Amino acid sequence: MQEILTNLLPNLTDKWYDFLQAIVDTLVMEAWAGGIGFVFGFTFGIILTVTKKGGILENAVVFKTLDTLTNLFRSIPFIILLTALMPLSRALMGTAIYVRGAIVPLVFGSVPFFTRQVQSALAQTSDGLVEAAESMGLDPFDIITRVYIRESIGPLARATTITAISLLGLTAMAGVVGAGGLGDFAVRYGHDRNMKDITWATVIVLVIAVSILQLIGDSIAKKNTH
Amino acid sequence: MIEIDNIVKTFSDGKDREVEALKNVSLTINDGDIYGIIGFSGAGKSTLVRCINLLGRPTSGSVRIDGKDITSLDAKHLREERKKIGMIFQHFNLMPSRTVFGNVAFPLKKSGLSKAEIQKKVRKLLEMVELSDRENAYPSELSGGQKQRVAIARALANDPKILLSDEATSALDPQTTGSILKLLKKLNEKLNITIVVITHEMDVIKQICNKVAVMEQGAVVESGDVFDVFANPKHPLTKDFIKTTSNLYKVEEMLNSNIAGVVPEKGEVLARLTYIQKEVSEPLISSVTQKFGILLNILLADVEIVSGSPIGGTVVKFNGESIRIDEAIQYLREKQVGVEVIKDARNPY
Repeated sequence: MQEILTNLLPNLTDKWYDFLQAIVDTLVMEAWAGGIGFVFGFTFGIILTVTKKGGILENAVVFKTLDTLTNLFRSIPFIILLTALMPLSRALMGTAIYVRGAIVPLVFGSVPFFTRQVQSALAQTSDGLVEAAESMGLDPFDIITRVYIRESIGPLARATTITAISLLGLTAMAGVVGAGGLGDFAVRYGHDRNMKDITWATVIVLVIAVSILQLIGDSIAKKNTH
Repeated sequence: MIEIDNIVKTFSDGKDREVEALKNVSLTINDGDIYGIIGFSGAGKSTLVRCINLLGRPTSGSVRIDGKDITSLDAKHLREERKKIGMIFQHFNLMPSRTVFGNVAFPLKKSGLSKAEIQKKVRKLLEMVELSDRENAYPSELSGGQKQRVAIARALANDPKILLSDEATSALDPQTTGSILKLLKKLNEKLNITIVVITHEMDVIKQICNKVAVMEQGAVVESGDVFDVFANPKHPLTKDFIKTTSNLYKVEEMLNSNIAGVVPEKGEVLARLTYIQKEVSEPLISSVTQKFGILLNILLADVEIVSGSPIGGTVVKFNGESIRIDEAIQYLREKQVGVEVIKDARNPY
């Protein structure tokens, strides 16, 4: 058994520890950036939804500001964000490198995307439902939680899945600031040293990770669609 | 009592142009009324009904409910006031992720009732709309009529004094429409709830309303008791609406397509007789026949009960001596019967 593995994946068995470390780094980045990004993106998506023209808390200034900022950060390629946000990273996290240094740019890279996803998920709530809730005398907070969010759990789960998967893609670039992770591992060994088995192993791990995320998202979405 | 006083509502279309959706509309709706507001789409009736619970705020004018001007309330008090005004919609607007029970319980969350009390109340409401057996169904599993019944139960959850119905039967087939209207009528009688019905179908008005307002281009062109408006419509639009509900007005079409027996023979007069008084007790047609020695041939008849009184008429052909026919028509008019000569095939004098 040992022998077969060594013959089939000569480099991977050699770099086994680094491989595991890369997986852990990716998971840590995904969890932290994803968690923080979820809170911000979710909040911003809701703010955009309720402050838009005709929304329940219509507010042109707030809407316009947030909308512009979202567009701004959406249009900056992640590889540029990674380096451009180094000073901010250093101020907030104490360092601009390693996994810690990658969290801030990952958040900035995924929040605008998730904000738009949340916004479009909530936009599927029919105006009629909101109007009905208003006619019953619900306050704006209740309309947000009991109508917008509650009636969009399916689309929100799909939006979260898409963002989590795209964030996984972003973490692959974090090697630029020395954050490690699977992307960095695959480039450093698989490409630079032409260790093909390492590239394949990384791809397989990522495919499994994406499949799991998709599976979770789909099952939540399905459970909440009637 | 709902007093709508001089309401104006303008929408700006974004390009400095303003559209006047409501032009100085005033209406008084009494407790226990089923007040119908009819008009074509775009007439402003939905905008008007949304001024009653301020889902849309009028640009000027006031809305008083039991003497209280609701346009001057702050957000919190307005929400309290809205709980006393139920509303149902054309597309039901049920929460798709909640069951029938969940939907009816939806407005009761902050009502201060305990879980057991809410359950009891929801069951009672579902019984009232005859849907007790569908408590655990999701809206997607219900028919249109059932969805509207759930919506009605939900609208009644906070024991409102007023129910606003915005085209509530417009998405339903005629049979289901009939059953929903019956339910509304029953609720009006049982709970003494005031109902404001928005519709574009005169049949709806005829079946359940006691008062009606006809709207066109943001203004009320005619209003009053349903019976009076039906018996004696003044505005052309009202007349058009009434024509859609009575087959007495099909005669012109029949005449145009030369249907045998409709076109008057030489010496005959084709006329429409309409009853415009509340008591039609005399056997008018037989007495005219006997009194004037002429023949009356009934082609069409349509008599219905509106607001508890019969209303309608007949399309007849008079046959007999020319002068006798004139006398008969004169006599009928004296008896408060509307006589409208459609085609006179007698020789001109």
